[in-house]
Amino acid sequence: METALGYMFLAGAFALIVSMALMLARLIGGPTLYDRLLAVNSFGTKTVLFLCVFCFIIDRPDGVDIALLYALMNFIATIAVLKFFNYRALDVNLNRVSVKGEDA
Amino acid sequence: MIELVLAATAPSESAVHIDWLSVFRFAGSLISLAAGLFFVLAGTIGVIRLPDFYTRLHAAGMTDTLGAELILLALMFQSGFSQMTLKLVLVAIFLLITSPTATHAVAHAAHEAGLKPLLGPYKAPEVDEGT
Repeated sequence: METALGYMFLAGAFALIVSMALMLARLIGGPTLYDRLLAVNSFGTKTVLFLCVFCFIIDRPDGVDIALLYALMNFIATIAVLKFFNYRALDVNLNRVSVKGEDA
Repeated sequence: MIELVLAATAPSESAVHIDWLSVFRFAGSLISLAAGLFFVLAGTIGVIRLPDFYTRLHAAGMTDTLGAELILLALMFQSGFSQMTLKLVLVAIFLLITSPTATHAVAHAAHEAGLKPLLGPYKAPEVDEGT
């Protein structure tokens, strides 16, 4: 049971690494900026999955905390990079109501 | 594979006693992991091979969400009621919320920036006014 389970999750981790490498190819050769951003986002999701599977393989539940932290960071980084390329600055309010003279 | 499982889960006495819970957990974990890896690899191949940004976004965004949830489900089957399962549930809930949000944000930003979809030989059908 243990060996079959170990080989199964090792194969899963290997497939995730292959998928991450192919996503790096799209990141390097993407024609537009948004292709690269999509590749970075997908790479981050696969990194979270790989961390979870790897922490299960080495039997240390602490590492899932790192995966959770990486998931949070990946989302914030994607939104921040999108905001920067949209406004060319990061200190812009993203509120929906922007009536002139109304905002504090 | 199933003989391996049965041989490992049955105790060494001559009486055949199969731990069916372990067998079901193993089967559920195997099926979930296989399906999750299928979706992740299909999404990756779609990102590599599809011709346009929006089609690549479709491939990556949809399959990554389902594949991630299935792989985390496969891990949850094996870790039982433990601290690791709680963390995996947190990761799964967070990915379920943020992955479609990030996909939508990327698509919205590309559309706002004026990136045109590739239409190719397929056009929208003409409206025939005469008939």
